[in-house]
Amino acid sequence: MDILNALILLLNYIFIPALTYGSQLALGAIFVTLIYGILRFANFATGDMMSFGTMVTILFTWYFQSLGISLGVLPTALIAIPFGILFMIIYMLSIDKFVFKYYRTNKSPPVQLAMVSIGVMFVTQAVVRIIIGPSDQRFFDGEKFIIKAREFKEMTGLNEGLALKSTQVITVLVTVILVSLLFWFLNKTKTGKSMKAYSDNEDLALLSGIDPKKIVMITWIIAGILATIGGALYGLDKSFKPFTYFNNMLPIFAAAIVGGIGNPFGAFLGGYVIAFSEIFLTYAYKKFFMYILPESMEPESLVQLLSTDYKFAVSFSILVIVLLYRPSGIFKGKVL
Amino acid sequence: MRKNLNVIAAYSIMMVLIILVGIFQSWNIALSIFNMCLISAVMTMGANIQWGYAGLINFGIMGYTALGGLAAVIISVDPVQEAWSAGGLNILICLWLIIAIVLIIRFIIKNFQKSKVRTYSIAALIISGIILLRFTAEPGIEAIEDINPAKTGFLGGFGLPIIFSWIVGAFFAGGLAFVVGKVALGLRADYLAIATLLISEIVIAIIKHEDWLTRGVKNVIGLKRPAPYEVDLQSTDWFITLVEKFNSGKLELISNLSDRQTTLNQLVIEGSSVFVKLCYSGLFLIVVIILLILTQKALYSPWGRMMRAIRDNEEAANAMGKNVFKQHLLIFILGSAIVGIAGAMLVTQDGLFTPGSYRPMRYTFLIWVMVIVGGSGNNFGAILGGFAVWFLWIESAPIALFLINFFTVGIPSTNLLKAHLIESVPYFRFLMMGLGLLLIMRYRPKGILPEKIEIK
Repeated sequence: MDILNALILLLNYIFIPALTYGSQLALGAIFVTLIYGILRFANFATGDMMSFGTMVTILFTWYFQSLGISLGVLPTALIAIPFGILFMIIYMLSIDKFVFKYYRTNKSPPVQLAMVSIGVMFVTQAVVRIIIGPSDQRFFDGEKFIIKAREFKEMTGLNEGLALKSTQVITVLVTVILVSLLFWFLNKTKTGKSMKAYSDNEDLALLSGIDPKKIVMITWIIAGILATIGGALYGLDKSFKPFTYFNNMLPIFAAAIVGGIGNPFGAFLGGYVIAFSEIFLTYAYKKFFMYILPESMEPESLVQLLSTDYKFAVSFSILVIVLLYRPSGIFKGKVL
Repeated sequence: MRKNLNVIAAYSIMMVLIILVGIFQSWNIALSIFNMCLISAVMTMGANIQWGYAGLINFGIMGYTALGGLAAVIISVDPVQEAWSAGGLNILICLWLIIAIVLIIRFIIKNFQKSKVRTYSIAALIISGIILLRFTAEPGIEAIEDINPAKTGFLGGFGLPIIFSWIVGAFFAGGLAFVVGKVALGLRADYLAIATLLISEIVIAIIKHEDWLTRGVKNVIGLKRPAPYEVDLQSTDWFITLVEKFNSGKLELISNLSDRQTTLNQLVIEGSSVFVKLCYSGLFLIVVIILLILTQKALYSPWGRMMRAIRDNEEAANAMGKNVFKQHLLIFILGSAIVGIAGAMLVTQDGLFTPGSYRPMRYTFLIWVMVIVGGSGNNFGAILGGFAVWFLWIESAPIALFLINFFTVGIPSTNLLKAHLIESVPYFRFLMMGLGLLLIMRYRPKGILPEKIEIK
């Protein structure tokens, strides 16, 4: 019984939150990795682009809510996301046309493109803050819990409760569906394959008749879908605040590089690596040991490897270690 | 003279702008903008010798600034005796432990071939070292943080004049840059950017949460000053006579004696804060001029030519027998040290250390905008970038307000859209920075004052 309690404890406080957070990071990391692989620059505007897509989604959610449209138990935001994606794609394509295209056709070095993306970051951040303001916005509605902690305790008779939020289930489900669709697209369709070819060797791809304009456009479209959905899921699960989204850029970068930049599958797993290690290393295991150890050996301290203040530092340290020992990432991305 | 015309013109315009602020807003605001411009100029010079001279991209400016600030705290705050006696020993033991671990790792790396066993043993050493450190440090840290947590709760510093911290800040930042450079300098440009950005976040996390050293988010306030205090000035005779002399024309117009006294008092209060700011301006100006002379000398020295050679063609320079990695490391340390000076200057000017206020937007990306806008590789350009961008950063809210009012002049102020726009005026500064950066990168990619290499 105690072992069951201990397992539920870990499931409730480590596994489910890490899986959710990891999915949100994974979507962002695939976004970064696609831009890096195909357009060949580190996009510092990642977090703010995600917050732009989320902002449009929130505005549509509010509009639908005012019209009285809802999905019952599911959050209204789910119908607003397609509209968010649409606006996001328009936004990204126009940014590409007015900003990035010039440097791409001039074959500027990647550093210059990264600098330009900082300009885009400033502008996007300003637009988001001017339209929706810098404060916290909640846009979640519908049923909050699938399983409540107390109900679970009564149902099973265990000491530990298991709470399962609907946003957590939605996040994981949507991520799985979206990522499988994406990998199917990249590996099985002709366009996807040509994208891969373009990413591997630009000149060869051009020689074999691949249209670079089309590739770039499709990359931005996919990026828009990923950014909006990733951002909206994060906002639904936690809350929307432009500054948090800007900060999320850092673990997202860490995930993309740890997984091997330019490699979408690596980025996907990298998100979970970062999320799980952050939560594993900063969780206080005292209660867990109280369940599995005999009473005489119970620990007195919190048995916490690192204080939760260092949550971000954990992912960055992992990144530094990976960069030192395996600069191409765990799953072999582009060689530096 | 003629070839320096654009430099002179750009600086004159900048000065006129600041003087205009002085005339139309107040001299207090103008001087505080000027002081911050000087500090930004120092930061920009640091970033510029890394990016402009050597082509190294350093997105960790925030971390070095914060370390400079930390130096200001450690140098100037008086030591907290009770805290030292309560937990000082543990902290000292930890310090020795860290040094021992680093030395052992160095020994292992020097004396054994690279192998899996070596890697794993180093990893095991680090992990066990961290666990050991935690067990030694924990009781000491708790004891230190328990002592009068509302006022101290940290070890304090050395109680020296704060001006020394400008040098110590440089050493702190340079030391961090040495470690970061050893780890990250081999990486390609954009990876280096990401790595330095993340490392600076780690530095901030440590400064924010190690309360025994920095008080963390509880902030350190009331630091010593290198300049006199306003309150003291207001009761000093020579200062009052000075203000009287300065404003004699204005005072003579007032015939009533008591009215004249109130006006004088008002002027003394205003004058004291202007005077203090002028003191800071003088100190900062000295730093900027010294750094400018040194960096200009370096730029035109054989060493500067070698750096440019390395920047423009690393492989060729390497083939000519230049040690690229060593030179990169050197310039990385130098640039970061200059940023550290700026960090200490910033805390000195504010008189308080607030770890929570270090954010990458303000302390990393804004500085980069300054470097790019001003002109990388040109010290005068870097300083100008610091001035122009900081000026715009501060004055963009009034400018945006003016523009909004100008374009919506016919719309009543109760209009929702107008009210919303006016409410979000502070965020227009991001828009202006972003647009400025994008326009400069597109139409004048070398900055306002581009790099020019004179071949003599």
